[in-house]
Amino acid sequence: MPDPAPSRATSLPVGSDADLARVRRQIRQAAAGLGFGLVQQTKLVTAASELARNTLVHGGGGHVEITPLTLGEPRGLRLSFVDRGPGISDIELAMTDGYTSGGGLGLGLSGSRRLVDEFALDTEPGTGTTVTVTSWTTAIPAARPGAR
Amino acid sequence: MGVAGRRSRGKETMRVSEQEAVESTARGLGVFLERRREQIAQRWADAPLFRAVFTVSRDEAVEACKAVVDALCEVASTGRLEDIAAPGFDRVREQLGRMSGSRTRTGAGPAQIADEFAALRTPVAELLRAESAGTSVAEETESLLALTALMGTLRLVVMQTALSSGEELIARQRQQLLEVATPVISLWDGVVAVPLIGTLDSARSQIVMESLLESIVARRARYAILDITGVPTVDSLVAQHLMKTVAAARLMGAECVISGIRPAIAQTIVHLGIDLGTVLTRASLADALAYALSQQGIEVSPHAEVR
Amino acid sequence: MTPPSPGPAAAVPVLALGETLLVTLHGELHDGTAELLQQDLAERIARSGAVGVVIDISGVDMVDSFLGRVLAETAANARVLAARTVVVGMRPAVAITLVELGLTLPGLTTALDVELGLELLTRARPAAPGRRERGT
Repeated sequence: MPDPAPSRATSLPVGSDADLARVRRQIRQAAAGLGFGLVQQTKLVTAASELARNTLVHGGGGHVEITPLTLGEPRGLRLSFVDRGPGISDIELAMTDGYTSGGGLGLGLSGSRRLVDEFALDTEPGTGTTVTVTSWTTAIPAARPGAR
Repeated sequence: MGVAGRRSRGKETMRVSEQEAVESTARGLGVFLERRREQIAQRWADAPLFRAVFTVSRDEAVEACKAVVDALCEVASTGRLEDIAAPGFDRVREQLGRMSGSRTRTGAGPAQIADEFAALRTPVAELLRAESAGTSVAEETESLLALTALMGTLRLVVMQTALSSGEELIARQRQQLLEVATPVISLWDGVVAVPLIGTLDSARSQIVMESLLESIVARRARYAILDITGVPTVDSLVAQHLMKTVAAARLMGAECVISGIRPAIAQTIVHLGIDLGTVLTRASLADALAYALSQQGIEVSPHAEVR
Repeated sequence: MTPPSPGPAAAVPVLALGETLLVTLHGELHDGTAELLQQDLAERIARSGAVGVVIDISGVDMVDSFLGRVLAETAANARVLAARTVVVGMRPAVAITLVELGLTLPGLTTALDVELGLELLTRARPAAPGRRERGT
């Protein structure tokens, strides 16, 4: 049975490299505590890393809200990446695999979307961007490591 | 304010005092439970339910009983006798869950478990009656009613946990079934194989992929053979799942070979325009194994000399 | 208990094994540290004349597009400096996530562990004597 999950939302700043590492750590812990399997945890943390970096690099910094969803089954985790940056002017373009405005591999937004169950992008050029992703624990427990 | 207002105020006042009376009885029940904690726990420890769960140590059973009495005590003292979400139950929810899980595993259904909990009421009622010797019949009845309500709520809380642990059991058994259906076999030093049988839906593919990759690490397998002889149809979705597995294995440093491609499947793949890319394919598992061995410098020959 | 955050690239251990450099990455790799490492490795390869690099990521629990890029570029830099790179020890969960992310890192050579990675580099060397050795 998974640990009693943290039931309160947390807000973490996204303003530096060290912040990104901390965000990854906290989300890993939160996901594990909620009963997410190892693969799901890794997908969540990876998506979070992409989105947090976007917030830092393109959004000029911001914060992330981590909300455990524990009312009923299945349990879930919601992450909201908020910045007050320039916003995204062409959403469709930004969501295309390979598109990048910052020298990366351009998979941040579109890739993250594939790693989570729900994805919502809210942006206003000149005001800022909020990306909210949610994942739910699956009914099937994760595969046990190795054969006994 | 007219007559009607005064009348409605009167009704309200009556409702309030009724509620107060109920809460007062409930709190009285709480006090009783706290006072008789040890005795109740001792009697419960001998009840069929606790005997069935705590087979090794009666002391453990007594501790568990005390925990339940404490929880009931807390709920009673807040006056919320019929609230299954009462925080007082929180401290024992896990324990109740484990108890009903234990009963479930030995074959007891939710209804039977609830009955076993219902039977716990009797010893407490006896003690309550003995204690109420000096009080009025009305008061005694009120207390017994409160006890009945509280134990009823406990049964509901237990039914909740019994149902969800039953669900967990089903999920675990389903997982075990899926794993048994997709064993990963170590064929040779550095070579593993997965004979895929049946339809490859998204859930199964995920399990197959995870099992296979874990085996690759555990067995240090540089080659993984995915045999699809037992897969009835291969459409673009199945092909996608297979490709993802191959890609993941490749990232880890292992090469996949897909074997068991029947002529009909080959035609479907071509017809659907599925691009297998650089994935290696072989008609039979034997061919795939021969390939994997040859890549490691091992030659398989029908007339190998026996020393 | 998580260890304190690492400083510059000096925190990433780089061992010289003959003509091969062995780099061991850990789970708490900051972006800046990764980039410094990339530069540092290129310099070390040029300085030492190493012909092989093994990057051990068995301690890494997540690879995103940034780290993926660092790995790909490190290998590309090494290639220009006439050295071959092998990334070893990728965890299953990481591999599955990378595939889902769409990051297949096509130019990257990978192996299951350090030993197999070193074997691979030895086999690939043009001056390797005799027949290919059987894998253990």
